[in-house]
Amino acid sequence: MSDLLNTPLFDLHVELGAKMVPFAGYAMPVQYPLGVMKEHLHCRESAGLFDVSHMGQVILRPKSGDVADAALAMETLVPVSVAGLAEGRQRYAMFTNDAGGIMDDLMLANRGDHLFVVVNAACKDGDIAHMRAHLSDVCEVVEITDRALLALQGPMAEAAMAALVPAVAQMKFMDVITVASDFGELWISRSGYTGEDGYEISVLNDHSVALARALIADARVEPIGLGARDSLRLEGGLCLYGHDIDEQTTPVEAALNWAIQKVRRTGGARAGGFPGAEKILAQLESGVARKRVGLLPQGRAPMREGVDIFESETAQTPIGKVTSGAFGPTIKEPMAMGYVVTENADIGTVLFGEVRGKRLPVTVTKMPFTPANFKR
Amino acid sequence: MKFTEEHEWIRMEDDIAVIGITEHAATALGDIVFVELPEVGTEVTKDEDTVVIESVKAASDILAPLDGEIVEVNEALVDDPGKINEDPLGNAWIFKMKVSDMSPMDDYMEEPAYNAMIS
Repeated sequence: MSDLLNTPLFDLHVELGAKMVPFAGYAMPVQYPLGVMKEHLHCRESAGLFDVSHMGQVILRPKSGDVADAALAMETLVPVSVAGLAEGRQRYAMFTNDAGGIMDDLMLANRGDHLFVVVNAACKDGDIAHMRAHLSDVCEVVEITDRALLALQGPMAEAAMAALVPAVAQMKFMDVITVASDFGELWISRSGYTGEDGYEISVLNDHSVALARALIADARVEPIGLGARDSLRLEGGLCLYGHDIDEQTTPVEAALNWAIQKVRRTGGARAGGFPGAEKILAQLESGVARKRVGLLPQGRAPMREGVDIFESETAQTPIGKVTSGAFGPTIKEPMAMGYVVTENADIGTVLFGEVRGKRLPVTVTKMPFTPANFKR
Repeated sequence: MKFTEEHEWIRMEDDIAVIGITEHAATALGDIVFVELPEVGTEVTKDEDTVVIESVKAASDILAPLDGEIVEVNEALVDDPGKINEDPLGNAWIFKMKVSDMSPMDDYMEEPAYNAMIS
């Protein structure tokens, strides 16, 4: 793994017995000695600590000093309302391309005098180049390289984090704060990628190991690897970029309509004006030919990424494909998500996934598979 | 008990071979969540894909280590695949077969040789 980058927590992962694997150019922990299943369950029942320092952290600093200018500029790249995002609040967004496809998904926060953006590790170089190419007239685009990113997730996340930084107890889902602490200045959001309550914490590299150690010293907190991160997010119905969404899927096909506020839709005050707007706005009005759905296999066999979905046991042509599939440790059964043609996408429809040459029944299901547990 | 390079173990009970996977294999696979067993009565040939097991990470095939007929399968694994992680060499045997050709057994490893292979 010599060509791989390390996060500031690399030595800690090794010390904790993690199995390290290459992921998006970084050596990352896929699991710790607890194992994927127990890590997953621990996070749902108590709290889990994730190192997500491989993700890109970027500041958009408006040259005018007015964050509204950065917000309006960012609205030329994403179909969400950035100008409507209040100070101290965060929201989900995606970069779209001219064909309406998704170049990456991201979190976007208004931190008063600038916007703070968190993007996927595998896409970050492209995302930063994209923002520099389109926003540089209005904003300084600053990649943050002196900070690690930790996520603390689960029903005990608030208690564990508040023991170190009391102010986090007052935060609501999707709030962001900047707070001084024993671990330097922290940039904290109440959000995550598990369907659980919790926080994402941007911490200076030099303080990151001390913060991680302080969190796992709490008996309620276990370190969690990428393996359980994937099953947690899938139970939570959340998309994995490059699998469930990519440049060939639009936000509407991906059933992410909720992320596109009315103000950016046809008839809204700031309708359109983002790449692929014509296609995406038309799809919002008149629908799509295929869409992302949850899929629950009726048997015990997991249906993994790439499994073809058919309308019947005998149909020749697939009507869909699984984009993520795994066993759900909390729901104790296999689960999947994928794209199916809209005529077959109603909740409750029974379809068939072809696994090792056999057609196995699978039910189109509402997501998330586990109820979201956010602090609204 | 003998061991294959495919990380299976074979224990002879008279002319019946009992087959499972090694602790090393179970650990490497991670938490096992699904087992698909063959039908009793199926004739299998050596190296034929006979059982599918899936862990939280991926699906793997278990090969028949010998020619013969499946005479019993461990149905308890279907409802509780995690038994394979807990007791791979004991209660979590996977299938039993009546062997028609014992000669490949000579090529399989004794425990020290297997332990040397995985070390």
